[in-house]
Amino acid sequence: MTGQILSAILTVVLGVAGCVAYFWGANRLLDLIFPARGVKGATAIDNLRRQGMIRPWLFLGPALLVLTIYLIYPVFETLRLSFMDRSGQNFVGLANYQWAGSDREFRQAIFNNLLWLAVVPAACTFLGLVIAVLTDRIWWGAIAKSLIFMPLAISFVGASVIWKFIYEYRGAGQTQIGALNAIVQYFGGTPQVWISTPFWNNFLLMAILIWIQTGFAMVILSAALRGIPDETIEAATIDGANGFQIFWKIMVPQIWGTIAVVWTTITILVLKVFDIVLTMTNGQWNTMVLANLMFDWMFRGGGDFGRGATIAIVIMLAVVPIMIWNIRSATRESGGH
Amino acid sequence: MAAAAGRSPGSRLGVHLAVLFFVAVWTVPTLGILVSSLRDKDQIAASGWWTALATSARNDVGRLPASEAQTERDGRFVIAGNLLEEGDSRRIVAFGTRVQEPTKYEAGDNAELGDGETLRIDEDGSFEHMSPRPFEGARGQRVYFQATTPPRFTTENYETVLFSEGIGRSFINSLTVTIPATIIPILIAAFAAYALAWMRFPGRAILIAVVIGLLVVPLQMALIPLLKLYNGVGAFFGVPAKTYLGIWLAHTGFGLPFAIYLLRSYIADLPKEIIESARIDGASDFEIFVKIVLPLSFPVLASFAIFQFLWVWNDLLVAMVFLGSGANQLVLTGKLNALLGSHGGNWEILTTSAFVSIIVPLFVFFSLQRYFVRGLLAGSVKGG
Repeated sequence: MTGQILSAILTVVLGVAGCVAYFWGANRLLDLIFPARGVKGATAIDNLRRQGMIRPWLFLGPALLVLTIYLIYPVFETLRLSFMDRSGQNFVGLANYQWAGSDREFRQAIFNNLLWLAVVPAACTFLGLVIAVLTDRIWWGAIAKSLIFMPLAISFVGASVIWKFIYEYRGAGQTQIGALNAIVQYFGGTPQVWISTPFWNNFLLMAILIWIQTGFAMVILSAALRGIPDETIEAATIDGANGFQIFWKIMVPQIWGTIAVVWTTITILVLKVFDIVLTMTNGQWNTMVLANLMFDWMFRGGGDFGRGATIAIVIMLAVVPIMIWNIRSATRESGGH
Repeated sequence: MAAAAGRSPGSRLGVHLAVLFFVAVWTVPTLGILVSSLRDKDQIAASGWWTALATSARNDVGRLPASEAQTERDGRFVIAGNLLEEGDSRRIVAFGTRVQEPTKYEAGDNAELGDGETLRIDEDGSFEHMSPRPFEGARGQRVYFQATTPPRFTTENYETVLFSEGIGRSFINSLTVTIPATIIPILIAAFAAYALAWMRFPGRAILIAVVIGLLVVPLQMALIPLLKLYNGVGAFFGVPAKTYLGIWLAHTGFGLPFAIYLLRSYIADLPKEIIESARIDGASDFEIFVKIVLPLSFPVLASFAIFQFLWVWNDLLVAMVFLGSGANQLVLTGKLNALLGSHGGNWEILTTSAFVSIIVPLFVFFSLQRYFVRGLLAGSVKGG
């Protein structure tokens, strides 16, 4: 155990030293091969130009290498594997996609993912916006925001334990130790086995992600709201607009861009949702989602890489429009600057 | 905003109450597991955590001593004693002699058991069983009673999970994964970010676009190819495929797009004059980076470090794929997931383990919230 900690520390030291040695050494080497000082004018200019061509790639080298191995190559490899059989050896054409189209479990996962997509980003953004507006008006708003923000630091697994405890069920007539059933019983209802009630259990799992992500939406939207010029709101107040009109007609339109960013960020997160479903139900009781189905197929019966890759591609396809939109708006921004 | 705030006191109170409601919903669940982790394990199973401060009542069963303990007093036969052992802090509320009516009589009542027999049990557990005829038989009277327990808080659960359930070991494993996986990407990303921000070279715009594109590539796309790659490398060199080195590099790779993106947008906004004048003074890019850019970028480096730390510490999927499930490699999130399967109903173990796993991120979060928020804003408001 101490050996393990020592090796971790050693890795940090070696890794940092290695990086420093590489960057320093490579730059030094470049200066030695194409010296810019102590040589004739024309050569010096030539060498400076050569240095300028090579040096960026020295700076970028390690990052490009890691990105290529861990992200760029896998994207193409996954695409290739989605046309292969379970072992990844034999070409099967579109068979995996045909399987996906007709598989009951896959359809269930798609349906649930769509449900998650319809509910979670909207709920987080809406709640985040409402809380941001409300907390901006009270003296203890900063503390309130900090507390609502807190679940963002908690792991999905930890949050699942927290909420599983809330959804805990004891037989009718027994003392309920789960908060939800205790409330239901207090108001005279019958305690339910919430987690295994198909369809509605999806919403209980979504509540966990909403609980975690609302703080994120709140912080970003709160910053955007601060950026709204006071004059626009003052003008509307003078014109006799009430609170709701100011909110919907003055404030929201001015922060559309930020709302879109929050929405898309949470959308991507929702497409990848895995931990919550794994720990709460493991996809039972009709709660399966794509990421969990993919994980299942990676290991089920020794693993089916073809089907696993196909599900990954389906998730990727849903992300592509957001990816294109992001790249476009980023290039537009840097073009103007 | 100031203009919109000037309203009637009634609606102001409404705002306070609404925010209070949200704060409660967002904090009480976490409070629930904290309180539960400190409660006695029998009490967790018997009553809701919100009653932790109240005394809880439970039904129990006991047996009075057999007939040889009887004494004769004023022509009546008496068995006396105490149902509760010394040091038992429970108080008896009610008792009965039939399982169907375990709480028929209140403590202190003189219960008529028929044939002139009476039984009295006091709050402190002392009893007096009287009969006009001698008691017979080797077994004493069975009694049912309801006793209340005062609230009891304990750190036993923490001792249990840390030392005998393996949470302590998993804690060390999580640290082992997290620290290198947080530090390694920073340097790699910082150099790349500088090049993308301040160096002119063909293909720069495309590289920036690629990084922004990679930001949103789902992790799922990388899992199968990397699993194959790791297995291949492991088989080729005759080493295990699941190693700490493997997961450090994997987390480095997955964290790199965000790192480069975040650092680049910050470094690109540094004042142009500082960097230009250093160039004119003959400083090389390497010197500018190490002596000027790196020190000025401290806040954004801290932001990224917090993000990466939280992401790696809280990760379950990458650890499940790239690390083994043995005690020497199972991280906290994985351990918690395993406990949910094996100890599904043992809430004293689950709540305590969960709290151990979230205590580090909560500490990091509350102590460094400023950097965290700054990173969040830089990472999403700009460019997106």
